[in-house]
Amino acid sequence: MQAEAVRKRIRSDATSLFVRGFGYAFIGLFALCCLIPFLLVLGTSFTNEGTIATNGFNIWPRVFSTFAYKIVFENPGLIVGAYVVTICITIVGTAAGLFLVAMTGYALQRPDFQQRNAISFFIYFTTLFSGGLVPFYLLIKQYLHLGDSYLAVLLPGLMSPFLIIMMKSFTKSIPHAITESAKIDGAGDFTIFLRLILPMATPALATIGLFIALGYWNEWYNAMLFLSPDMKYRPLQLFLYNVITSADFIRNSSAASNVPLRDMPLESMKMATAVVATGPVILFYPFVQRYFIQGITVGAVKG
Amino acid sequence: MKTMTQPRAGARARARTRPRAEGARWKRLWTNRTLLLMCAPAVLFFAIFAYLPMPGLYLAFIKYNYTDGIFKSPFVAFENFRFLVMTGDLWRLTFNTIAYNLAFIVLGNFLQIFVAILLNELRKKWFKKVSQTIMFLPFFISFVIVGLIAYNILSYDYGLLNGILKSLGADPVKTYSNPHVWPVIIVVTFLWQSTGYGSIVYFAAIMGLDSEVVEASEIDGANALQRIRYIVLPWLKPTFIILLLFSLGGVLRGNFGLIYNLVGANNTSLYSTTDIIETYVFRSLMNNFNFSMGSAVSLYQSVFGFIVVITANWLVKKASPDNTLF
Repeated sequence: MQAEAVRKRIRSDATSLFVRGFGYAFIGLFALCCLIPFLLVLGTSFTNEGTIATNGFNIWPRVFSTFAYKIVFENPGLIVGAYVVTICITIVGTAAGLFLVAMTGYALQRPDFQQRNAISFFIYFTTLFSGGLVPFYLLIKQYLHLGDSYLAVLLPGLMSPFLIIMMKSFTKSIPHAITESAKIDGAGDFTIFLRLILPMATPALATIGLFIALGYWNEWYNAMLFLSPDMKYRPLQLFLYNVITSADFIRNSSAASNVPLRDMPLESMKMATAVVATGPVILFYPFVQRYFIQGITVGAVKG
Repeated sequence: MKTMTQPRAGARARARTRPRAEGARWKRLWTNRTLLLMCAPAVLFFAIFAYLPMPGLYLAFIKYNYTDGIFKSPFVAFENFRFLVMTGDLWRLTFNTIAYNLAFIVLGNFLQIFVAILLNELRKKWFKKVSQTIMFLPFFISFVIVGLIAYNILSYDYGLLNGILKSLGADPVKTYSNPHVWPVIIVVTFLWQSTGYGSIVYFAAIMGLDSEVVEASEIDGANALQRIRYIVLPWLKPTFIILLLFSLGGVLRGNFGLIYNLVGANNTSLYSTTDIIETYVFRSLMNNFNFSMGSAVSLYQSVFGFIVVITANWLVKKASPDNTLF
């Protein structure tokens, strides 16, 4: 109580007050800069196309219009298809990836596992040296024949050395004595992992699962490389990328919605698609933020 | 590792000389069979997706054409590298990649530390929470959206920037055809996207600061500035050095997603200042189908990058022996 009083008295000197004031101003402004671009996309998506042509993009729609959304949902097959594809890839990939990462991470931190260093290095080395894009592309496309297959998006995202290292340091905090006593009771290594470690590691699993899921949700790179533009149902980000960059899409949706090409809300439609594609992540985000923070701090402490 | 990759004959020869040691080795493998099996999917995964493409870098030494395939295309030794050096491409790509990464690393870390320290000074809990949440937000969106946002601001006809310039009576700027402004745009966008995320590490480090030290300094009459200067900054120094050295290890690995989505796929007028190793390799694969040239650049990147990482790790070892990666 007394220390509190001392702190309050001393902290109200001019310099400290200035620092604090500056802190509020700077952080507030920076946060605003982080928010405005999102509002800009949102605002533009609700702006009448004619207004955009004369006044440009704006945060506040001067002439409110939901026409862009109408067009986007006029032909709902495509965007719903993209949603379904992305959700499926995300669920399957996250479940499988999380299980594998957890299993590997647990095994690799077991102090009684002699081969752990060799295997850790085998995994870690891939971050030091890589074959580069061209051989990877040829492997997926010509040797594994995964071109135009969702597996080309799903498989490469399952694991990463970063996540395995993160899992390793997470499970290290579970005392080894638990594993040992279970072994004495006759449990096998896999049973210990499945029955004891997994339930105890739920916070870690949440964090790593969210990292994997975010990766799949935002994945566009492998999709762009391996899925052809003719594919009807593309993952969400690739779909969005095509909406933004390709004129074909606009032409097709113009034909599908019976709106003449020159009346198509070109710009606001891009924004509306972006809002539809990103909305769920942003709505979901405040609830899962803390898991990411956990992961970043653990990952940073132990490389 | 040795046990696993030892050729059979060697193992047998050794088994003859030291039968007991060799027997123990196999026994160890057998006792750990479950753990080994648990690692097997991951080992297989990295073997396929990371190790299998590596021999493909042989492409760098041939003049690949589709009909002859990898094995029959003519071997040209270092011809591809000579071409890259002669045209000046290699120099430009190296310079751009390293310059961008250095800007990202140095400015990024400074801004992150700055934000973390200021956050720590704030007293209103709700303000801290809300602003942190908002600053973290750009990390969650894909590069596709980042590119779209940049277009929202910079587009010549409709962009927010030109809208503001016009309303002030100034001439609108043609950002997408002016290569000189792009380093600034790319770095600012990077900072925009990564500062909230990156500052968390530093913020967590500050949280680990012993509160007694802070209180003692306050009783001694230190103001906020002095506290930051003499307690917080020295406390963050090791974290900063480690993060700096680690990121220096990746100085040759460009941020493809960011630059590709900001600049666009085929905006040739901007290549002089925006082309990095990754975008070049990507183009040589998807646009020019020059697999050999792309592989040559990748091989150069991997070898050079490997040397940089080893050096960086050696520096980490000197700075803080506990934090080395290997």
